Amino acid sequence: MTERRPDGLTVLPSDVAPTDAIQVADFTPDLVDVGEHHLCPGCGEPIAIRAVMDGISLLGLADKCMAVFGIGCSTAFSNNLDVEVLQALHGRAPSVATGVIRMRPELAVFTIQGDGDMANEGLQEVLHAAARGENIVCIMLNNGVFGETGGHLTVTTTIGQRTKNTIEGRNAAEHGHPMRIAEMLAQIDGVGYVARGAVNDAGNVARTKRMIVDAFTAQQQQLGLSFVEILTMCPTGWFIPTDEAPAYLAETIAGTHAVGVLRSELT
Amino acid sequence: MTTRLVEGSEVVADAMVRAGCRFFAGYPMTPFTEVLEHMATALPPVGGVCVNAESELEAVGMVWGAAAAGTRAATGSTGQGLSLMQESIAEASLAGIGFVVLNMARGQGDYFQATRGGGHGDYRTPVLAPSGPVEVAELMAEAFELADRWRNPVVVVGDYYMAHTWVDIETPGEVPEPPPAPEWSLDGHSGGSGAAKLVSPLGTAKRRDGVGYDLAAHYEGCAQRRREMTAGITPRAELVETDDAEVVLVAYGTMARYADAAVSALRSEGHRVGLVRPITLWPFPEAQVKAAADGSAGVVAVYENNAGQMIDDVRLSLLGSSPVVGLNSFATDSSAFGIAPDVTVENLTASVRELLSEFGQDAT
Repeated sequence: MTERRPDGLTVLPSDVAPTDAIQVADFTPDLVDVGEHHLCPGCGEPIAIRAVMDGISLLGLADKCMAVFGIGCSTAFSNNLDVEVLQALHGRAPSVATGVIRMRPELAVFTIQGDGDMANEGLQEVLHAAARGENIVCIMLNNGVFGETGGHLTVTTTIGQRTKNTIEGRNAAEHGHPMRIAEMLAQIDGVGYVARGAVNDAGNVARTKRMIVDAFTAQQQQLGLSFVEILTMCPTGWFIPTDEAPAYLAETIAGTHAVGVLRSELT
Repeated sequence: MTTRLVEGSEVVADAMVRAGCRFFAGYPMTPFTEVLEHMATALPPVGGVCVNAESELEAVGMVWGAAAAGTRAATGSTGQGLSLMQESIAEASLAGIGFVVLNMARGQGDYFQATRGGGHGDYRTPVLAPSGPVEVAELMAEAFELADRWRNPVVVVGDYYMAHTWVDIETPGEVPEPPPAPEWSLDGHSGGSGAAKLVSPLGTAKRRDGVGYDLAAHYEGCAQRRREMTAGITPRAELVETDDAEVVLVAYGTMARYADAAVSALRSEGHRVGLVRPITLWPFPEAQVKAAADGSAGVVAVYENNAGQMIDDVRLSLLGSSPVVGLNSFATDSSAFGIAPDVTVENLTASVRELLSEFGQDAT
């Protein structure tokens, strides 16, 4: 039986839009098919994906690009974009993108991986692709945890950060040190652009979008591999309240992984 | 007609280029190395690309990308290197990405690796086994056709002998143009159309289709494609003097060349010996093996350079209808790259004589 409020109006389930509602604005980016995502509340990855798609729109590359997705939480977007997507296996996106760019050098080929995918499973891939000067854009969404498995240690996890397998917090003596991936890539001959952005506040989102545009511009100018690391919130994997995640990112994650442009061959 | 003396590896490389292969990636490992060297020389003049990958993992990843972009592509290695590639080979089958994988084995210890795959998941790869450089050209073209037709990795099995035997071959003519990129492949152009393409081992249903995420449905589709592929490939074997054979040898690749010589030697002495040489290792030529065995009054002897791998497929072909014995030992040279000096036609002939005295009607 349909539930009714005391005033007689039908009670609608909260996830169904009322039929008489007027949509005043649709904030779904051009190149994302369906606006709703299935990731956790407070996740930074949808904002990061949006920044990437906005950059592609801005540069008019929608029908001249190809995304190569890795495996992780962000894979949720690999079947939800209006750009061509080639799904790669965990760790393998840079080599897959290499095969694409070598045969279709006219395309803006880019990879999207998490830190577990790029820096744990397949770190050698992005380093080798950078040294080969592959003309691709590699994007790493870095939240310092394996989000999809429920918040486990990655090589970028910061000292003191709690994960499911460092439950009292990462300490260097027991769990080793975090690796700074953007810094590693910035010193490799063959890269055109390296930057680290974040999506924890509006200013950082705007700066990250500029980094994306610069990275793709460097790719269009054939300057070699461009790399943008984006720090993203993962309140679920950080075991903190959702609304505390942006500040946690600024105070803890970005303390080890500093935001900024590390290298640019753009003129 | 001009002929040229060339190394088997160069024949393999030329065959790939002539079959339309325009992307190759590999990592050196004996006896695969020289194929990589020849591809590095052969591809650039025809507009192709050969990448000296930093690992087998990256080699097969690059081939995944090039093939998805509509290029006929190939990689390869030897035992250990191929073990590293198995994840990608298995998932490429589920993604519907076809390419050719050379399994340049040491000895024949990698029959299971080639025919079962070392990867995970419900997949199969067609496997072709040329007996030497001369047969490679024909089978390589077929391998790429199968990879395109079934959108599935296809394995071509070779070995140290095929790689390093120098053969006199006719100088090939002009290199044909590769076929156009298949319609499913990616070129970037469908982006922004509202129907951008997706190629993925997780299926191609998109969120906008509103059908939900159903990996089980995708895997069932893959299984159906595999059933069609299995039914769609005709198993092939070369039959040598099998009609009245008392001992039917079964051997593939280099070992089949020894077996073929042994059959000739024994026939010239009046012994009724024949050979079934599987050309497709998967699907296995079960009907040919069964027919040869049914026409035989004696025994089926599987000659392979390992402790017994293909013998399983022979037994499955016969389901107990004939006795099956293995003529095998893992006999390689001390480097374990090639075949041991004691693998000879004379030794095989002696083994078959023993079988004839045990099972044959005309034992002398």
